[in-house]
Amino acid sequence: MALQYTKEQKMLRALVKEFADKEVGPRAAEMDRNESMDPTLLKMLGDLGFMGLGIPVEYGGAGMGMMEKSIVVEELARKDAATAEVMSVHNMAYLAILKHGSEELKQKFLPIAAKGGIAAFALTEPSAGSDAAGVQTTAVADGDDYIINGSKCFISNMGPQEGSFVTVLVSTDPSKGSKGFSAIVVERGTPGFTIGKREEKLGIRAADVSELIFEDCRVPKANLVGAEGKGFGYFMEALDSGRIGMASQALGIAEEALDLSIEYLKVRVQFGKPLSKQQGLQWYLADMGTKVEAARALIYEAASDMDRGDPVGKIAAIAKYYASEIGVQVTDKALQLHSGYGYMRDYPLERMYRDARIIPIYEGTSEIQKIIISRELLK
Amino acid sequence: MKAIVCVKQVPDTSGKVAVNPDGTLDRASMLTIVNPDDMNAVEAALKLKDETGCKVVVVTMGPPPAEGMLRQLMAMGADEGVLVSAREFGGSDTFATSQILAAALNKMGLDPDDVVFCGRQAIDGDTAQVGPQIAEKLGMPQISYVADIHKEGSVIVCKRMLEDGYMMVETQTPCLLTCIKELNQPRYMSILGIKDCYTKPVTVYDYNALKDDPLIDPTTIGLKGSPTNILTSFTPPLKGVGMMLEGTGKSTTDQLVGMLAAKHVI
Repeated sequence: MALQYTKEQKMLRALVKEFADKEVGPRAAEMDRNESMDPTLLKMLGDLGFMGLGIPVEYGGAGMGMMEKSIVVEELARKDAATAEVMSVHNMAYLAILKHGSEELKQKFLPIAAKGGIAAFALTEPSAGSDAAGVQTTAVADGDDYIINGSKCFISNMGPQEGSFVTVLVSTDPSKGSKGFSAIVVERGTPGFTIGKREEKLGIRAADVSELIFEDCRVPKANLVGAEGKGFGYFMEALDSGRIGMASQALGIAEEALDLSIEYLKVRVQFGKPLSKQQGLQWYLADMGTKVEAARALIYEAASDMDRGDPVGKIAAIAKYYASEIGVQVTDKALQLHSGYGYMRDYPLERMYRDARIIPIYEGTSEIQKIIISRELLK
Repeated sequence: MKAIVCVKQVPDTSGKVAVNPDGTLDRASMLTIVNPDDMNAVEAALKLKDETGCKVVVVTMGPPPAEGMLRQLMAMGADEGVLVSAREFGGSDTFATSQILAAALNKMGLDPDDVVFCGRQAIDGDTAQVGPQIAEKLGMPQISYVADIHKEGSVIVCKRMLEDGYMMVETQTPCLLTCIKELNQPRYMSILGIKDCYTKPVTVYDYNALKDDPLIDPTTIGLKGSPTNILTSFTPPLKGVGMMLEGTGKSTTDQLVGMLAAKHVI
């Protein structure tokens, strides 16, 4: 069935496109150089309602679905992958609370997120990356509280500048392995919770990615999401949404790289004619365009499946795997087509090329996506 | 209290412009945008809503797809839309358009504290006539080229921009203001606005809805009721290639004078 966008979705795309052109694009190079998001931009994203995209209206959000989230992330990523990353991770990070949290937890945290308080989601540890079951951070019950000890690394949306609260995957019963994992919400500023090193990265440099340290961090039991021992499932479920979001980010970068290349090939004259008249280079464009359209089809198929309530484990993994790989390939080829100009910092491709490289790594590496896909195929 | 905004869908000048055989614009085949000055008028009305809680009604005359533009303005915060649309209204010039829009405003009913906002002028015709004509036909005070607005009850004070300065003008509501881009920075649509915009009411005024108004007469509306006659429309031909004369000496000057003389310029 051909994908049909609703009138509202078309309008949303028009809004994000305009916003990205006017507000995000002009800030992108400087935010990358300064390794920090512009707070004015983050405030605008909150004020316009982007941060509450998937939060129900009763908690101050817009109650929209994965299709809308993909549209927003894709269009933002065209102009700045770091902005798109903050948005994408944020709109995934509150999902565990939204789907499984108590009413008290929802009332407390969802309105904060909808207004622009940035949400984070902490799974990865020095010893638990692709093998998420290796989580060693513990939470021990003590009266009405949990006491959390351990550390998380490479955590997006929680750093020196960003982050209001973080849902942390902890072990509440180390004897049960991943069946003993629980999800607990920790607010910024909670005693015992500190932000460690802010990572210096190849790309998406404006976005905070940091180490989180928990030392006898006391959190009320009311901050437990859902039931003890269910945290691993909640995180894996949220990651399905996160994967479609990150695939959309790769798509946005690839689309923009393609558009820049088309424009450049038309105006760059060598050997007496525009580069666009060289068949060898036309074929590059054809390959790039084909990859972009295939990624788009996969992403919006996955997003509409999710909005219908269909299982998306396989299609989300396929979309993430494919889009993130072609994001790297298309920006690489676009840089080659721009040659010297593409390599220079004066032009956006240099940044886009660096930004695209994270996507086959985070929210599950390409290799992990292939494990998920093949497991589904062999079922 | 209502803030009524008259808006026009105009060709996106960054795209291709198409002309009908009768010289009018082929609007159906062109990409469209909201007329830029009208966006300032919408923003002025929304600011008044922010301050006073008044209702904002956006009105446009155009073909049925113009409803999409009204929805876009509702996603910015407008509460209601009125689409004035009928075959009989097609081909109207500024005189006929203002007859029809004035009749539409009569139909909506103007309360004593209402304000009508228009953009200064549209980027397709560039006449700046429709707003002032509506005010004249409704016997309502008007302030054009408005760059600042203060409303206290039924008194409105505006800064009216002129070529060589500005004047402060005070008037009573109901009145009509034409807005310029210096007035404000139009806001974006909001996500919640987009979610709700298709649930807000849009009323269509067709010929039958307006025909009993004394302003509506076959001789005053549509192409036949338009005193403007377009003799011809054309795309201006490209100018010839320019030529640069290099050098600072007398020979270059002589060369220039020779060429100008050859073309009978001097």
